[in-house]
Amino acid sequence: MSGTYGITRQDGPAKVTGAATYAADYNAEGQLYAVLVGSSVTAGRVTGYDTAEAEAEPGVVHVLTGLPTVHEAFAGLPSPPLATRFLPMQNDEIHYWGQPVAMVLADSLEAAEGAATRVRVSYDRQPFVNPDTALAVTPSPDSGYGMLDAHEFRKGDAAGALAGSPVRASGTYTQPSRHGNPMEPSAILAEWHDGRLTVHDSVQHVYAVRDTLAAVFGLASDKVRVINPHTGGGFGTKAFIWPHEILASQAAKAVDRPVKLVLTRQDMYSIVGYQPLMEHRVELGANESGELQAIVHEVDNVTALTDDYVEFGSAPSKALYDVPNISTSQRVRRGNVNLSSFMRSPIDGPGTWALGSAMDELAHTLSVDPLTLRLTNYAEVSPADGTPWSSKKLREAYEEGARRFGWWDRPKGGTRDGHWLIGCGMADCTQGQFRFTSNARVRLRADGSVKVEAGYTDIGAGSTTIFPQIAAQTLGLDIRSVQGVSGDSELPYAGPTYGSGTTIAMGTAVHLAAGDVLRRLADVMSWPAEEVRADDGALTWRDHRRPYADILRAARLDEVIGDGAMVLPNGASADAGAPGMSTRTFGAMFIEVGVDPDLGLLRLRRATGVYSVGAVVNERTARSQMIGGLVWGWGMAAMEASHFEPNLGRWLSQDLAGVPLPVNADIPPHIDMSFVDEFDPHVGPLGAKGVGELSATGIAAAVANAVFDATGRRVRDLPITPEKLLDPRM
Amino acid sequence: MRPFTYVRAETLPGALDSARTDNTMFLAGGTELLNWARIGIETPSRLVDIGRLPELHEITPTEDGGLRIGALARLNDVAQDARVETAYPVFSQAILKAASAQLRNLATIGGNPVQRVRCPYFRSNGPVACNKRVPGSGCAALHGANSERFAIFGWTEDCVAVQPSDPAVALACLDAEIITEHGDGGRRIPATEFHTLPDVDPAAHNVLRPGELITGIELGAPAPRSAYVKVRERQSYEYALVSAAAAVEVTDGVISRARVALGSVALRPWRLYDAEAALVGLTPGSPEVRDAVTSGFSAARPLSSNAYKIPLARNTALRALELALEA
Repeated sequence: MSGTYGITRQDGPAKVTGAATYAADYNAEGQLYAVLVGSSVTAGRVTGYDTAEAEAEPGVVHVLTGLPTVHEAFAGLPSPPLATRFLPMQNDEIHYWGQPVAMVLADSLEAAEGAATRVRVSYDRQPFVNPDTALAVTPSPDSGYGMLDAHEFRKGDAAGALAGSPVRASGTYTQPSRHGNPMEPSAILAEWHDGRLTVHDSVQHVYAVRDTLAAVFGLASDKVRVINPHTGGGFGTKAFIWPHEILASQAAKAVDRPVKLVLTRQDMYSIVGYQPLMEHRVELGANESGELQAIVHEVDNVTALTDDYVEFGSAPSKALYDVPNISTSQRVRRGNVNLSSFMRSPIDGPGTWALGSAMDELAHTLSVDPLTLRLTNYAEVSPADGTPWSSKKLREAYEEGARRFGWWDRPKGGTRDGHWLIGCGMADCTQGQFRFTSNARVRLRADGSVKVEAGYTDIGAGSTTIFPQIAAQTLGLDIRSVQGVSGDSELPYAGPTYGSGTTIAMGTAVHLAAGDVLRRLADVMSWPAEEVRADDGALTWRDHRRPYADILRAARLDEVIGDGAMVLPNGASADAGAPGMSTRTFGAMFIEVGVDPDLGLLRLRRATGVYSVGAVVNERTARSQMIGGLVWGWGMAAMEASHFEPNLGRWLSQDLAGVPLPVNADIPPHIDMSFVDEFDPHVGPLGAKGVGELSATGIAAAVANAVFDATGRRVRDLPITPEKLLDPRM
Repeated sequence: MRPFTYVRAETLPGALDSARTDNTMFLAGGTELLNWARIGIETPSRLVDIGRLPELHEITPTEDGGLRIGALARLNDVAQDARVETAYPVFSQAILKAASAQLRNLATIGGNPVQRVRCPYFRSNGPVACNKRVPGSGCAALHGANSERFAIFGWTEDCVAVQPSDPAVALACLDAEIITEHGDGGRRIPATEFHTLPDVDPAAHNVLRPGELITGIELGAPAPRSAYVKVRERQSYEYALVSAAAAVEVTDGVISRARVALGSVALRPWRLYDAEAALVGLTPGSPEVRDAVTSGFSAARPLSSNAYKIPLARNTALRALELALEA
């Protein structure tokens, strides 16, 4: 599609003027403010409470130290989307620092916060296991996260092929835990009325919250309603259902008053997930022509003692290069820490950091250009199983990216500008795809206005813009006449907003629903549905043309309703693309950095990304996603780290002061993001795939490769901080 | 956060009088006090708002050619004052690198040097051994995660944190004086001696007594050849890993006077007096300059994981000197 760059964010004015309402902006009559009391030990048991002083505080209504046992249906819930099977405040076990052990409910937030510091908890403190250094083990076969991919994958004989390869590169690449830190922390307002639960909740999928809370209380799903008009950033931290959502709903029921629980920034470090610390061991073998003979990629990631979250960082090693022998494995390091989870960009984000670095090392060993090495090993079909790609134009992305960046003409081995060493690097970007079942309803009103109804959430990526846009395009209308209604579990079922799955799923459903409106209008006119077209607010057939408003008026209809659904083969609720094919997005990232080796400074100078993502639904929001991902990836590359303090047994910093994120000054104006012209005919009628997660893949490797070009220093441990760039000699 | 009473001072004597009550704190820009209250670092029962005291906002020349800056002057107003920019560029630059524009519009130059350490253990929201939070409780950072914003000079086993203010480093470099008032009388405190080292008192941050109020800062003779360098992972809005303030004078082609102060290496801005002496008589840009600066590091002692900060601090000092000589 073209000309979509002019379609701006429909929710922009409401958000920048403060008119947009988020979960925490809602209030219920008689609500209580909840504040959680976190465990001050990392492992052990609670042995007692003294709540007298807290309960005596003015405004305090209840101090809860335990909550009712959940309904037996809870045990049958799939996890994910239930984030963790371990629920705090059900018994006296402590598995991590900050685990909620009590909840203060008060008439004001101030009273609840004050009283929370006066709840005395005594513990039987036990030794804890530091997850960062825990023994790596095979994930439990019962882990729902572990079932999402193979723990071990073998194609050919990777060990034998490596041994026989004349050229090899290997390295251990590490990355620290990182927290998502969305601007809006998680928040929930839970109210019970006549046995029905209504929550305003900041989430990435209202229906998963509905079904989980229904199971907690043994209710039918239609007894729970989840409302979420805006989500102030998710990044995965709001993808699944975390304990606070269950605790707040249980508390509201227990005290028979609405309960509002807004997580503090500190709570976000103990209640919701984060990208785990990972260690990748990668070995590449090639012949003298640079043709890959073998890839070995082994990944360990940190998880909790309570559940096994598996971060399948080895995925790109099965997806990027034409290689006859592949071996991957995934293990977990279990320790006393809250559970890790998917965070932008999961799976391929970590994986491309390790593989993209190793490929650069191999190119250096071979004395070939890193882009040439990629072209030599271009995968025309999926390397994992030989299935065809549903679509792939990475070769065009390489060519266009190299041209725009000036890759082939760059000075190799770095240049100097005053104190700065300048270097260039590139890496591959890729992301697997998810398709989710989704439904949409489109209402065409007699006044010519249109409503798109579906319970999707907009986490800031642009859903509230592109779905009305798709309806407008299908109906031949201006987007200004289309209103999106979303974020409510009573609307037609929408798939989740994660895994870059929204555009394919909801986009298809909206497109089909709008098409259904046209079909119904054709029926009214007794025109053959397959021959009508939409044209500037009118239905046309052959040389006939009737404005929609005329059709409805003549038929005395208030509205025409169309329904559409993204339906997956074999009744699945989710899949990874069209069966019998491999569906992925791809891209090439080219980066120029400056390094001041005396001061250890690393600064981004410019970046070019060209992406193969199928059709682009909205050029502006898609490009914004890619820029945002570049910023996110720069944080991963250059500064972000959450440290599990090994003596204290907790995250050292639990705020935005001790965990640096990129600021505007870090991002130069020369960020050039574009897409190759492409249509994927196999994922859905729009030809589009998801772009959001792709945007933060490949960045860290491209940065590290540029640092190597500038300095000759290979950094295999993220983030690339001054300590790692400095010449240590006095 | 606990309830407190709030009073607004109309006059300086009134403010000083109000501060005689126990557990009273002054409120100026307010960018730090709220943090302290929410984390539980301070639980004042009474705040005396000095923000509207009229006489403390001015920047005025002194008789000996320097500048007196009222304590309530906003950071941005000081940094962008033409007299400060031309006569004391190191001070202007240090202020502009100190915080976001929003904070610099609110924070005061008198309040900035009394901000407390940014040590993540000190700022912890849970109970952690910290002699600055609970005197006598120990120092969790000594054997903890101490690679980044921790000391290489002047630390003891009781505290390894660093003084975080950038303007304070420039003031120490410039031999500025901090002027205070108190119900019992005021004094002038050299900026180099304002912050307390842990061998004197690991619980203290500075030498101010209860009820003592900074009313101004005095800068001496202009130092137009001066510069401030700040090293940090990101480009803006972050405390320094290491910073350096340098002021130089060159006579007949050789350095005739050099002053160098380092930030984020100790609990006070750290003057490199030995290096300063060794620099006198050297030709700018000569290889001896590096040796002279290096000689200032003989007393540096790394912690368990911050040895890299010693060469980093040396290089930062060299860079500040280089920029000061170009100024």
